[in-house]
Amino acid sequence: MKSRIPLILLACGSFNPITNMHMRLFELARDHLHQTGRYQVIEGIMSPVSDDYRKKGLVSAKHRIAMAKLALETSDWIRVDSWESEQETWTETVKVLRHHYNESLRSLQSRQEFMANKRPTQRPPGDSLSSQHTVLPELKLLCGADILQTFKTPNLWKEEDIKEIVEKFGLVCVSRAGSDPVQYINESDLLTKFQHNIFLVKEWIQNEISATQIRRALCRGLSVKYLVPDSVISYITHHNIYTEESERRNEGDLLQPLKLRNPTVNPLND
Amino acid sequence: MAMEDPDKKTEVVLLACGSFNPITNMHLRLFELAKDYFNETGKYKVIKGIISPVGDAYKKKGLISANHRVTMAKLATKSSDWVEVDDWESCQSEWLETLKVLRYHHQKLSSPDPTNSLQNAIPLTKPGRKRKQEPNRHDPIKKKNQGPDIKSFPQVKLLCGSDMLESFEIPNLWKLEDITEIVANHGLVCISRAGNSVQKFIYESDILWRHKNNIHLVEEWITNDISSTKIRRALRRGQSIRYLVPDAVQAYIEKHNLYSPESEDRNAGVVLAPLQKHASDSKN
Repeated sequence: MKSRIPLILLACGSFNPITNMHMRLFELARDHLHQTGRYQVIEGIMSPVSDDYRKKGLVSAKHRIAMAKLALETSDWIRVDSWESEQETWTETVKVLRHHYNESLRSLQSRQEFMANKRPTQRPPGDSLSSQHTVLPELKLLCGADILQTFKTPNLWKEEDIKEIVEKFGLVCVSRAGSDPVQYINESDLLTKFQHNIFLVKEWIQNEISATQIRRALCRGLSVKYLVPDSVISYITHHNIYTEESERRNEGDLLQPLKLRNPTVNPLND
Repeated sequence: MAMEDPDKKTEVVLLACGSFNPITNMHLRLFELAKDYFNETGKYKVIKGIISPVGDAYKKKGLISANHRVTMAKLATKSSDWVEVDDWESCQSEWLETLKVLRYHHQKLSSPDPTNSLQNAIPLTKPGRKRKQEPNRHDPIKKKNQGPDIKSFPQVKLLCGSDMLESFEIPNLWKLEDITEIVANHGLVCISRAGNSVQKFIYESDILWRHKNNIHLVEEWITNDISSTKIRRALRRGQSIRYLVPDAVQAYIEKHNLYSPESEDRNAGVVLAPLQKHASDSKN
């Protein structure tokens, strides 16, 4: 029996706030990858973007992390990681991927050392346990299929970053009804070249709970129950997080990635 | 009484009938959307939501026992402070027309009830006829006791997704006089997707058109496509249904292994109870 490749799924985004749909993306992706017969999903990581991303209506990372933690309390495989949000400046997604890949190698190494120190004599050479451990984990970026479209947005992504993401890591795209991810891939030479590393997952239940819609409903006093976990709703109510005022945050500001890569806006940065 | 207090809101109870096989987050969302809608009108106040799972005698394909469906609905509504499950319909040995379920809940809410002395004095009538009894109820003491809070009976409205409205067209599934009474005396609340053909459907039906003021169309602002059929299919295929049904419901399904290819074959080839009943009615 061939052993499966251990796989970690990483989702980057605002999570402003986290919704049931974000969690569904992970569930759908895991089902899909397990059905390929080649992968064993060992972990899911949600990485909320830092405040420096400057997206309109983005509330503080402290709150976004706290809400994601509450939402994931009941999951035994998805967790929140605050590394990205703790960086002083906005971090390119490829750097977040590199960080988590190194982290996963480090933890694998320490686990192996632990095993080696614990039972140095009991372990026969080349037993199943050790051979399983030498299979390096893969880390893939989990995203909605709409991210493929944003690759075309000028200045939002660096070409070499996209290349590194699809070449070294890989993409797991959950496609929503009405979008045609195959077409996005065909329209790009780069994506076509690495399409073996792009996994397209069909969403069999249309479930487009966007965080923007959630914030709008909250500002209008409408119910978001069953769209967002109860614990998150209580947190939002308790801290009065989403208001008309919070929605105006960063208004008129340029997204950090656009600012960094647009010389007419920030000539010193190029 | 003739001069209605403009601040006085009509109380509404929302009743959802269906298989709930199993209950999903979509069913629960219907209630939240309808409540927001009524409260925003400023004229209505939703005081309660009732989930009434259909009895096993409905004979729908893949319908598992009412006992399990009621339990799951109860687990799902545990965290709600206004939606509850009523098993009266599911306990009936024969399939019951939705109209009868509506009537039952209407009567239950407006009949003398020891736990609700406020309504003891009010005879069992339809809200529209109440004014005729006005002279009998001019007792000043009673009025004082009741204070400004005196309300007419709550209206029981049938809550449904747009698919139910469209099912009105299926031959023999509904009786014309039942549809008429539902829309004329109770009212319908229909949650529909933006750009849905519900408006056109009402326009094309003379009965629905006549009572269109009693049909409340609530637009769903987040597309929600979680059907029980899809949930059962996912379960049979070993796919995750997490975050589509409440965690407690998922745990219950797994513990009792409720949905399998075998359970899906239940009632296969059996004619749906309403079709059987109405077809034989029309022959007689």
